[in-house]
Parts: sequence; structure tokens; C-alpha cells
Amino acid sequence: MMNCEQATRLMSDGCERDLSLRERASIKIHTLMCDGCSNFNAQIHDISQIARRYAKERDGQEDQANTGPKGDGTPD
Amino acid sequence: MGESVLPGETPVDQSAANHLTDPVFLEDLRRQMLKFAVLQLDNEAQAEDAVQEALVGALKNVASFERKAALKTWVFAILKHKITDLLRYRQRWVDVEKQSDLADDEALPSVFDTRGFWHQEDRPNRWAQPVEAIDDAHFWRVFEACLENLPPAQGRVFMMREFIELDSDEICQSVDISVSNLHVLLHRARLRLRRCLEEHWFCEEVSP
Repeated sequence: MMNCEQATRLMSDGCERDLSLRERASIKIHTLMCDGCSNFNAQIHDISQIARRYAKERDGQEDQANTGPKGDGTPD
Repeated sequence: MGESVLPGETPVDQSAANHLTDPVFLEDLRRQMLKFAVLQLDNEAQAEDAVQEALVGALKNVASFERKAALKTWVFAILKHKITDLLRYRQRWVDVEKQSDLADDEALPSVFDTRGFWHQEDRPNRWAQPVEAIDDAHFWRVFEACLENLPPAQGRVFMMREFIELDSDEICQSVDISVSNLHVLLHRARLRLRRCLEEHWFCEEVSP
């Protein structure tokens, strides 16, 4: 069976490429028995979301009070 | 460059123009952009140029922005494009010395025992409401600090991947490493970031 280091590596790779059926199955089996890796898997996706949000609107907070309509010509 | 900011004829003009003529806001913005660009480009002079160009581009279009956040987002978007262009055209922007640094970077943080299983104290805990953290200004300071704590090569590829959203091939081409090297770096970066965020935010701050 995979250890946690291998499992987290596969999970991280899963953000970069399509995993094979076998790889996905081994992650599934591992996470059924390992809360730590199960949490890791959720967290790397949270981090990805957080990072993208950080790059896009790092000061969304200070802007919240006077949020205007969208359509300001912002690219992306 | 200041001359191109004409405090506006319209209220919309005025608010955006005010932000860019506000020395404190401008300096703060410039500093953040520079930090971002230096991390990406690993070259102070090119980073300065990219930031300068992005700011000049923004000044030309200052009238279209009524909100400070929109302006800032947009300036960063311009900067990202400039950096992406630079990286794409500069196939070998990492010199030989840096490449070896990229190749093996720092070893895995010692979160795993010798058999490759989590050390008890390093096992990831469940994060309470991770997505809501992003509405907290203090969280961003923690996040920035954690990013800055990454070893440089890890920080660089992580930001290329998650901020600029380049794909694996583009990153490998830019920094001239193999895909498997890249994946090793990203795995390490994620392990470190995760641990740092949990230590400094998701565990301690979740109290009522």
C-alpha cells in the first residue's frame, strides 16, 4: 500500500495532469484509511482557490463596502 | 508619468485618478507589484521594467476605473501579461547556478517519518471554513508570509502555476526543468504552504 508521502505526491500531481484509473483508486483506498491525507487532498484545492483569488483581487476586502456593478473592462 | 493623470472631468475619472496620484497608494501598489514580479522573473531590473510598464499602461486607461480594487486588479493583470510574455520569450531565464538550485531545492519538510507516514504532529487537520478565510484581511497577511517562507524555487513555480496559471509545459519550458522536477517542487510547495497556513491560521484563529 502507498504511504502518505506517495499519496500526497499523487494528489499534488492530480492538480497537474489526469491521473490514471489505478492512481485514482489507490488514492481512494488510502484516504479511506487516512484522515491526514484526506484533509491534505481537500486543502490543496482550497489553496489553489485561495491563491487564484489572491492574485485576482487581493484587496477585494477593502472594496466590499462599495462594491459596484461589474463590467469595468478588467481583462481576464 | 504624472502628467498623464488628469484628475477627471467626471466623478468616475476623479476617483481612479486620485488613487494613482495618491503617493501612499501608489507606493504600496508598486511595492506589491515589484515583489510579485521579482519572484516571477528572478531579476530585479526586468521586474522594475515590467512594473513600470504595467503602471504606465494603467495610467493611460485610468479613466475606465471607478473602483480602487478594479484598478489594482487590472494593473496586476497587465503585469501578469508582461511577465508571461517575458517568460515565454526568455527560454533560459534561469542561469546554470540557479538551475541546480531548482533541481533539488530544499529537501522535503520533515513531515513524514522514515516509512513515509505523517508524523503525528504534522498530520493535516480538517480546516474550518477555508473559503471564508479569504474575506478576512488578516488572513492575506498570513498567506503572504507563508508564500514568502517558501524556498525560492518552490515559490516561483507555485506562483507561476497558481497565480499566473501557466500549465506544466509552459513552466517547464520557462525555467528549463523536467515535468517530474516541476511536480516534485509543487508537491513540496503545497506541503509547506499547507502546514504554514494550518499553523498560523486554520488552527489558532478558528476560536470563537
